[in-house]
Amino acid sequence: MHEAHKIITDILGLFQFADISQYLLPKVGVGAEIEAKEIVSIAPLLKYTLIFLAGMSTVFGFVLAFAAKKFAVKIDPRVEQVNDVLAHAHCGACGYAGCEQYAEAVVKDPNVSPSLCIPAGEKAALKVAEITGKKAEIKEKESARVICQGGWSKSQKKYAYEGVLDCRAAVLAGGGDKSCTYGCLGYGTCERVCPFDAIKMGSDNLPIIDKDKCTACRKCEAACPKKVIEVLPAAKAVLVSCHSRDKGADVRKVCKVGCIACGMCVKVCPFDAPKIDKNLARIDMDKCRVCGLCVAKCPTNAIEDFIAPRTKASVLDNCIGCQICAKACPVEAITGENKKKHVINQGKCIGCGICAIKCPVQAIGGTFNAEQIRIAKQKEKAKKAAAA
Amino acid sequence: MTEFVKLFELLISASLVNNFVFTWFLGLCIFFGVSKKMETALGMSVTFTAVMMISTAISWIVYKLIMVPLNIEFLMIIVFIGIVAGLVQGSDTIMRKVAPALYYKLGIYLALISTNCIILAVPLMSVGNKYSFIESIVFALGSGLGFSLALIIMASIREKLELADVPKYFKGLPMAFVVTGMIALAFTGFAGLIKH
Repeated sequence: MHEAHKIITDILGLFQFADISQYLLPKVGVGAEIEAKEIVSIAPLLKYTLIFLAGMSTVFGFVLAFAAKKFAVKIDPRVEQVNDVLAHAHCGACGYAGCEQYAEAVVKDPNVSPSLCIPAGEKAALKVAEITGKKAEIKEKESARVICQGGWSKSQKKYAYEGVLDCRAAVLAGGGDKSCTYGCLGYGTCERVCPFDAIKMGSDNLPIIDKDKCTACRKCEAACPKKVIEVLPAAKAVLVSCHSRDKGADVRKVCKVGCIACGMCVKVCPFDAPKIDKNLARIDMDKCRVCGLCVAKCPTNAIEDFIAPRTKASVLDNCIGCQICAKACPVEAITGENKKKHVINQGKCIGCGICAIKCPVQAIGGTFNAEQIRIAKQKEKAKKAAAA
Repeated sequence: MTEFVKLFELLISASLVNNFVFTWFLGLCIFFGVSKKMETALGMSVTFTAVMMISTAISWIVYKLIMVPLNIEFLMIIVFIGIVAGLVQGSDTIMRKVAPALYYKLGIYLALISTNCIILAVPLMSVGNKYSFIESIVFALGSGLGFSLALIIMASIREKLELADVPKYFKGLPMAFVVTGMIALAFTGFAGLIKH
């Protein structure tokens, strides 16, 4: 103790000896020496400044260190790790108040699934599962879809709405200003609730959903008062984009692009996917092969094709001339003799990709699904080879 | 009695006449940042007022009892910043343990507060105006109430503004600035309330 005291007095003594303030202070101008009456002695100033600042920071340091020790909250380090992986949109798709709360729950409660954070996607689910030692159920990639194509230019209105520009407000006034009671009102509620900036209102007052940004958090689905938005698997690329269950004639009166339940899609589909139920066509997703035949045939263009643009098919050199594709083609675009390379009429081809599915040797290229089929087949072959 | 009247005058002056946001134009980043929703605005107001009063009290004590006798008043900016930062960090730690519910509600605002200019301006001004201890605390309370008032007014307007048909290029912050200017104009009406 005595030693320390001596050292401190020594240090303080240094400052007193080094009183150089008289040399440092400026002495300029006429009679400068006389004018500089108020000589600020720098040494004590410096001394107190240093002691005070050091003292203050020491006190704060100790108090904070004490508080950190005394009031330490034990946090499982895994909570922080999980939290880092999540999407941090605080969208509530997991059913918890925020990302921190979900991270805590998934670490503490063994019954909470690790794949609840839909916005962060598959990779995050795998990582969370790895951190928490749980098993991830991989969900198919989904995205929101607007099931209505009747923008303001293509549909009728029953009155001029002049209230607050929000669908939730507009729907209070007699169910909205649209003549069609099933359609999108177009006041952009979904655009405002989207936490990922994935929805933009298009020029015709219909929301346009950015597939890459959409994380299927279902906020828009919940907010839409007309229930126009549905969250569907991303693979569902051909949709009847209409919810109207009115009779065909009534639909035609109010909207140019509504489903009139004419049954054309049912007739044209080679896979029996569309069904008409209560004046509305619906496509059964398990059966649909997204060929797009119905899209071309629908008289009101109510069926939307999300595979755009569709590229046309071409025959590759490994064709064995089996004529299977020619029989399968719904528009008879393929011609060819037995055991000779077939030809596809590019003018007739609609790019449905059915021939690519049917071809036994993957000799069809150019369609939207050709690459996928080839990769799938190669994997299958590799598996077989490994098994043998 | 006159003492009490004087304190009341100080409170009115700090909250209305010399409102930090609308008259001094301080603390605008937090003002625009958290006034989007009423819920966050209320949380911020409560946290802000509390931190302001405590930090002003501590700053006043440190200034009067340590800095004035040592003749180092010129250090006050650095010291006050240190006090506010230390205080915020300490209360953050303590609140997390003692009141986790409160921490989840208000904790996120604490970090924002530690570098806020109003929080620094209040101790500096109360020292500059040579207020007594009680006066400084009342001044801090008034400033906190004034800021809360500004936040709540702005949040309620901006919640309505979301639904209004604002021209495309004015949507969001530009419109918020215009509205702030108009409220500031309205606040000049308080100028004659107190005779200086």
